[in-house]
Amino acid sequence: MRSITKTISGWGLYPQESCHLFRPERERELKEIVAQEPKFLVPRGLGRAYADAALNADQGVVLQDRFSHFLAFDPKTGILECEGGVSFEDILETFVPRGFFLGVSPGTKFVTVGGAIAADIHGKNHDRDGSMGNFVEHFHLMTADGGQTKCSRTENADLFWATIGGMGLTGIITRAAIRLKPIPSSRLNVYFEKTKGLDETLERFTAMEGRYPFTVCWMDMLATGSRLGRSVLMQGDFAAVSDLHGDPAPLALRLPKKINLPFTLPEATLNALSVKLFNTFIYTKYPHQKTKLLTIDQYFYPLDVMNHWNRGYGKRGFIQYQAVWPFASSKEALKKTVQEIQKAGANACLNVLKPMGPQGEGWLSFPLAGHTLAIDIPFRGDKTTRLVKRLNDLALDYGGRVYLAKDAFLSPEGFRRMYPNWEKFLKLKAKIDPKGKFSSSLSRRINLENR
Amino acid sequence: MAGKIVIVGATSGIGQAIAHQYGEAKRSLWLLGRDRDALDRLAADCRIRYGVEAAVSLYDAEDMAAPESLFTDASLDGVDGAILCQGYLGDNAQSRRDLTEWKRTLEVNFLSVVACLTPLANVLEKRQNGFLCVVSSVAGVRGRQSNYVYGSAKGAVSVFLEGLRHRLFKAKVSVTEVRPGFVDTAMTFGLPGLFLVASTEKVAGDIAHAIAKRKAVTYTPRFWWAILTIIKCLPRFVFHRSKL
Repeated sequence: MRSITKTISGWGLYPQESCHLFRPERERELKEIVAQEPKFLVPRGLGRAYADAALNADQGVVLQDRFSHFLAFDPKTGILECEGGVSFEDILETFVPRGFFLGVSPGTKFVTVGGAIAADIHGKNHDRDGSMGNFVEHFHLMTADGGQTKCSRTENADLFWATIGGMGLTGIITRAAIRLKPIPSSRLNVYFEKTKGLDETLERFTAMEGRYPFTVCWMDMLATGSRLGRSVLMQGDFAAVSDLHGDPAPLALRLPKKINLPFTLPEATLNALSVKLFNTFIYTKYPHQKTKLLTIDQYFYPLDVMNHWNRGYGKRGFIQYQAVWPFASSKEALKKTVQEIQKAGANACLNVLKPMGPQGEGWLSFPLAGHTLAIDIPFRGDKTTRLVKRLNDLALDYGGRVYLAKDAFLSPEGFRRMYPNWEKFLKLKAKIDPKGKFSSSLSRRINLENR
Repeated sequence: MAGKIVIVGATSGIGQAIAHQYGEAKRSLWLLGRDRDALDRLAADCRIRYGVEAAVSLYDAEDMAAPESLFTDASLDGVDGAILCQGYLGDNAQSRRDLTEWKRTLEVNFLSVVACLTPLANVLEKRQNGFLCVVSSVAGVRGRQSNYVYGSAKGAVSVFLEGLRHRLFKAKVSVTEVRPGFVDTAMTFGLPGLFLVASTEKVAGDIAHAIAKRKAVTYTPRFWWAILTIIKCLPRFVFHRSKL
């Protein structure tokens, strides 16, 4: 099978590594690659993991974008069976007009079903609905010998839960059945409110619990002292048809016009002044204690409007740091994390703060009951590396963990402390993939390997 | 016209993109190819995505007798036209010493086109409407040392279509030849020396446009017309020194 050797990166543009790209179009071609290719392999969907989860330095990366077929849909149950390379964008365009939405959606629709399962992604409704794994009925996994195994809660359950959140290291998801959720309209009532500090932000999360299925919050990263943690909360629920003022097409997916960032911005674009202006602008722009009617794209995918928005961070890219800390320690951890980032002068602004519900069953799944913060940190060499490593240590101190789909610097020791199921995972992997065929730059960095 | 569209070689990269193009326009589809599993997946996808009818039939481009029985008055009832996108790039170097390689290249790219168009043209001619479209290639415009076996098959397609177009003019059946440049498909993935590679979606859009406009010959993307005009006009003493 022909391959292309190319330097690629995750969405954060850091790190960049030379990989051998394969792009099979048929299952038999995929099988040929998996069974015969001597290089290590990792599957890659739309490349939205931020760092090295879908990279394989000098090894093989198996592109999944040609496996993008819908295979079956049952409107009675909302269960969609499709190939692993189907994108959330395609699912939305096809099924929102029929009254269905994704059970779980991340902050971008440019992810694949296979990738969403492998990272056990979470969304703005995690505290209520859990992660992607909760909406997976079953999937077919191509393992290292090229054979396929059907996995579900009742069939090969171990492999099912190892693969959900397994970062593509158990094999390649060739097809999956996922459950979509019925929605009354394609618009959301979003309630905006501003808080004056971290205490109030977290209190509002608790006070509003159960009122809205979707919760997200942006924090002013530059606020200090008693204002540290001042935020804009955006809580949403799908609007009833009666809220749409007689709109003749309540389920129409109103797509925004896309713009393109055609080149990489110079790093100097993000400086102390521009970041301060941006933070102040956002905090003042949003309304307080008001409800607005937004489209799916406006609420869930504001950044998808701009193609290549990742180029805004300069050619060295950025780290998206995401950690979750248990409720018992999250307030302290959040404060320390924000202060650490401020002290480093990291010019970070885009961020998301959310409450999370209980941990799912995926063995290496990220979410746990607590608060999670995701934040873009422009990558500026060693000082960024040192900062992120300090943040990782902080997360450990507070009993938290970082998200493998975004992490770039976690150590093997740190990984094992954060993900206690690692041993169970490696035991199963030794059985189904004794030669360690599925391996990625991430798995070698955190030593999630049987070598 | 809103009848059914026949796509031969439907599971190829360009064929799938064409299926999406017409599926989105709510046309019924009849998909033909040799990979049953791939056909079934494409058909299921079109049914779910666009809510259109999608039938499938097995067809191997090396079987010269098959089209005669596949394409009949009855089976083409309600069909607007057919798009042929079967293709086999072949290995030009291997063709120097391997009979099966050059034979296969000529069979899939040229003979199967004749085999399909013969019954298709007869039915549409009787009916006095419809269209026929073949995806050929810029490689068919001038024989080049690197790719002349494939190029000669595509060039033969051009001449055949020229004649068929002449014949079907009176019957008001349009005959369109589409010459794509490099397209991002399994056929080209990982090949060295590619440039200005077009997506299959772009090519499929151009094909549908050319068919709607009843064009005779079209290049996709358009700029290949300029490149090929230059290549065609190069005097031999220059051309022979190139590595094209």
